[in-house]
Amino acid sequence: MTHHSIRNSVLRGLAALGLTLAVISPNVAVAQAQEQYFGIPSSRVGPYSAMGTGYYGGIIDYLNYVNMKFGGVNGVKLTWEECETEYNAARTVECYQRLLNKGSQKMVVFDTLGTPGAYAVINRMEPDNVVLAQYGYGRTDAADGTVWPWVFNAAGHYWGQVAVQLAFMAKQEGGIEKMKGKTVVHLHIDSAFGREPLPAMREITKQWGVRLIEIAVPPPGLEQQSQWLQIRREKADWVTFWGAGSGMNSTAITNAARVGFPRNRMVYVSFGGAEEDMVPAGDAAKGTYVTANAVPGQFPLIQDIKKVVYGAGKGNLQDAERIGSVYYNRGVGAAAMWVEALKNAQRIANKPGKTVNGPEFRDGYEALDITDAKLKEIGIQGMSGPFKMSCSKHDGSERFRVMQWNGKKFDLVTDWTGAPDPTFIRKLIEESALKFAGENKITPKKCS
Amino acid sequence: MFFREAGQYADSYAKDRQLLPLRQDKLGMMVVLAIGFIATPIWASDYLLSAIVIPWLILALVSLGQNILMGYAGQLSLGSAGFMAVGAFACYNLILRVPGIPFIGAVILSGLIAAGIGILFGLPSLRIRGLYLAVATLASQFFIVWCLDKFGWFKNYDTSGIINSQAIVIFGQTMGTPVQKYLVVLVIVGVMTLMAANMAQGSIGRGWMAVRDMDVAAETMGLSLLRTKLMAFAISSFYCGVGGALFLFAYLQTVEPATFNIELSFRILFMVIIGGLGTILGPFLGSAFILLLPIFLNIMFHAIFGRAVDATITSAIETVIFGVLIIVFLIFEPLGLARLWQVTKERLRLWPFKY
Repeated sequence: MTHHSIRNSVLRGLAALGLTLAVISPNVAVAQAQEQYFGIPSSRVGPYSAMGTGYYGGIIDYLNYVNMKFGGVNGVKLTWEECETEYNAARTVECYQRLLNKGSQKMVVFDTLGTPGAYAVINRMEPDNVVLAQYGYGRTDAADGTVWPWVFNAAGHYWGQVAVQLAFMAKQEGGIEKMKGKTVVHLHIDSAFGREPLPAMREITKQWGVRLIEIAVPPPGLEQQSQWLQIRREKADWVTFWGAGSGMNSTAITNAARVGFPRNRMVYVSFGGAEEDMVPAGDAAKGTYVTANAVPGQFPLIQDIKKVVYGAGKGNLQDAERIGSVYYNRGVGAAAMWVEALKNAQRIANKPGKTVNGPEFRDGYEALDITDAKLKEIGIQGMSGPFKMSCSKHDGSERFRVMQWNGKKFDLVTDWTGAPDPTFIRKLIEESALKFAGENKITPKKCS
Repeated sequence: MFFREAGQYADSYAKDRQLLPLRQDKLGMMVVLAIGFIATPIWASDYLLSAIVIPWLILALVSLGQNILMGYAGQLSLGSAGFMAVGAFACYNLILRVPGIPFIGAVILSGLIAAGIGILFGLPSLRIRGLYLAVATLASQFFIVWCLDKFGWFKNYDTSGIINSQAIVIFGQTMGTPVQKYLVVLVIVGVMTLMAANMAQGSIGRGWMAVRDMDVAAETMGLSLLRTKLMAFAISSFYCGVGGALFLFAYLQTVEPATFNIELSFRILFMVIIGGLGTILGPFLGSAFILLLPIFLNIMFHAIFGRAVDATITSAIETVIFGVLIIVFLIFEPLGLARLWQVTKERLRLWPFKY
């Protein structure tokens, strides 16, 4: 045998070995433990860090909790990868693309915690087969599942929320007829998020004969003096406040105090009203109202997370005091919906104990039927409202609770209440979604 | 040794005035083009293309525009994101409202619209200079974004005040995949970079530099300040406008006016300063630095520390390192990254000798 042929036969042997390995390896993968991968686009630095650390901390803690307590979902381990977005739309797109594929796994759900980020990726969901789970924020008309099959809003949207706020004001005033001639100021950050409630708000105030004044605050919103002087000049009766970041939110309170505007005439949006937004304003914050889609408190699940996850030293929050705060509980609520959707997906696709893909997860999310009994089973009864999704109805609980800051913590003022005229809000949503579908040549899906 | 020009003679004026007179430079450019047009589309992943390379090229184009105005013509301006917004919204409205307009035509037209507005806001430059001009151009930034916010027509009366880009269609072919979008961006950026390099070397660029170095002297030598300055504003805004249109169509696909805020203008300014004022290569290096370094740090920190260290701490450390690196670069190479490349080239010329 010549030198040459020896080398040839060795090469051939290696090639055969490689081929065998290639044939075997899929089986090896099956033998491994099943995993379900989640991408987490957190925002932990910058003006919105209080929101990001609490919310994504809650999500990660819950995923950890499911792994530690139940060994995953039907034995499927939950894994995740984090990416820093700095609450910036361009960075969110980068994170989305980075998180989309991880090894052989593909992301099934994305949650940007923020309307700018949601808008930046919303058109990528359908081609990529990823669910956009807006948990109480984002594009409102995505609640129409016929036009937006891949986008969900499990914790209510801003149109429903502003309707609840207006209804709350009407109740305080003594009825809708008493609202006639009143002045409501919508003070908002000058972005898509700040303007999001306006379409519904304009219609409702017109119907009620309320004078609506829209005042924008340029980001980052730390300078609001002239806006508050204008509010005083207009003799506003109520202010709805759509702010972002604890800096802007507490500045609004201190400015309101300075011009003498009563705090119990201010209603904050769910994303601006948390402990971190109230505390910096000190005593001036006392009396401020906030609408909440997930309320703070030590619910059974939250206590159990504290015991299981933090007891083992695996907690994600640096400051364990924040467990049970507004943003943390909202994060837990969002992750609980992921896990419930995953359970549904495994059941519907008949893949118990197996990894599911994007379309299967989408079907699972659409099949969410969160009753009070279900919430009790998860351990968050009363923390968020019950709801049921359907093929066309992609908004979850359209109900909110109004809370009031008492200087130390939030007091719950109302029970879960919905918009006074939900069919009207629904009509607005369908009109807006249809307009979008027309502009972008989308044929709405048939739901029946 | 590598960059020796010995033996390479220019025997005509045309040869003497080439963009890349050295054989080594020509070879290098061919390698770059081969990587850009052949290797990248074949091997780059969708993530790399749509999250890294496309935004990098687009922002490099915009900083090139900013560099024409600031680095070559010496007019300190702060409104580049505003002109990007003009380009983006113009392109969206042109395609929406003008039936049958080709994509490239719409992009060029939106660049021209941005150029027109650039001339308008460049007028104060004839009276004021330096930092005062920067303050005056700041007005354009705020005015444009306010205007787009205020009037619903620009956004086709969208309820949330955002716009969604239409599909990119070129000769009946829809450019939807990251590779196709990358090629569209690459061709446009490549052609415009070539144009910029030619302008910078030709009489237009020399006029700009004369105005930059001393405008009174330039005027004495017969240069019209009005024409030179306004042309710099127009061409710079054209680049920003085209960049803005690509930013919407090939990158984000959904924007609101607030996307083009003052922060973006500042980032573009930093790209130019860190890349190197008055160079063509600088904007490419500078935008890579400003855009990619934070992403690189984020990936690296997650890979090294994983979940061992609190993600809030690593995120904060990334920002700190980024800031420190900017300061370090500006201390050691105040002329920018492009200058570093220049120095490297000179070293390579003498290598392995020291001098």
